[in-house]
Amino acid sequence: MNTRKLAELYVSFFKIGGLTFGGGLAMLPMLQREVVQKHSWCTEEELLDIYAIGQCTPGIIAVNTATYVGYKQAGFIGGVSGTLGMVSPSLIIICLVASILQNFIHMPVVLHALAGIRIVVCALMLNTVVSMMKKGIIDKLGALVFLAAFILACFTPVPTALVIVLSGVTGIIAKHLEGRRSS
Amino acid sequence: MIYLILAYEFFKIGLFSIGGGMATLPFLMDLTNKYDWFTVSELTNMVAISESTPGPVGINMATYAGYNAAGVPGAIVATLALTAPALIIIVLIAKFLENFSENKNVKAAFYGIRPAVAALIGYAVWELLKIAIVSVVEGNVQVNVVNVAVCGVTFALLQVKKLGKLHPLVWIAAGACVGVVLGM
Repeated sequence: MNTRKLAELYVSFFKIGGLTFGGGLAMLPMLQREVVQKHSWCTEEELLDIYAIGQCTPGIIAVNTATYVGYKQAGFIGGVSGTLGMVSPSLIIICLVASILQNFIHMPVVLHALAGIRIVVCALMLNTVVSMMKKGIIDKLGALVFLAAFILACFTPVPTALVIVLSGVTGIIAKHLEGRRSS
Repeated sequence: MIYLILAYEFFKIGLFSIGGGMATLPFLMDLTNKYDWFTVSELTNMVAISESTPGPVGINMATYAGYNAAGVPGAIVATLALTAPALIIIVLIAKFLENFSENKNVKAAFYGIRPAVAALIGYAVWELLKIAIVSVVEGNVQVNVVNVAVCGVTFALLQVKKLGKLHPLVWIAAGACVGVVLGM
């Protein structure tokens, strides 16, 4: 096993994870620099393909990209090292922040700041939801699925995972019916 | 024992959260009902900290949730469990499936999943918002007008193109200042 390659994968994705805020698309420029330009592990086009796959598979998009690139370079162990590299900075940073915050959380100024932050975060997330709605609800069926999922989440104890599965099945059935009608 | 429960719960989240880090939010919300690892209000803090530290937001939130539940080992277990399903699935796709994202059935499934994910996250945000703007004082439900105003103004400002592109970190820092100044 090529340990040098594994170390390179770990270090590269550690850098990407540790230096980008936000994950997802925010990570793309950094990925391009490390993965395409510096190491030539894949081409620009492949990277975008990997991104597309990362978006339509379960899990965190940035991590999925790390797994895919690592796997293509050095097999399963390569996938593991890329993934571990990507999540290591989060583990270190979040544990540090959480343990520090525990000591200060009772100070009034920290409480006020957190209260303000919570409101702003709600607005930020609301904004994310609105843009997801714009992208996701493209026709009547989309609106129907949105409403149905919202009602299920709001008023029934149906598990979130089941809602995801049901909506995927609905999409497949709808597209099949559509195909049959047009043919 | 708690590590096993954490591993099970976060494996499940990793398997079913599709569409990026925020997609884990509805699942984390479920956890607040099932376990006493963290409260809904703490969950909002976790989102804020996850957005303002480096690393993928979904991973940060899982790490934080695991840490709250069972310290550093909990953080490690939750994070690894979250990434495990994707690791397996991605390796299988890389090995066996070409043009996975172009597959007709995959596309059709996503056509259904996208609006559902928006709804699930929307509901989770609604729950967080309720905690942030409504308080129960001696059995009476009170709406905190200042909080509603700050939230509304922030949302309106986010619709301004140039401001909307600012990094979340900037907004979060501004929120902290507003909170301290107004004594929220």
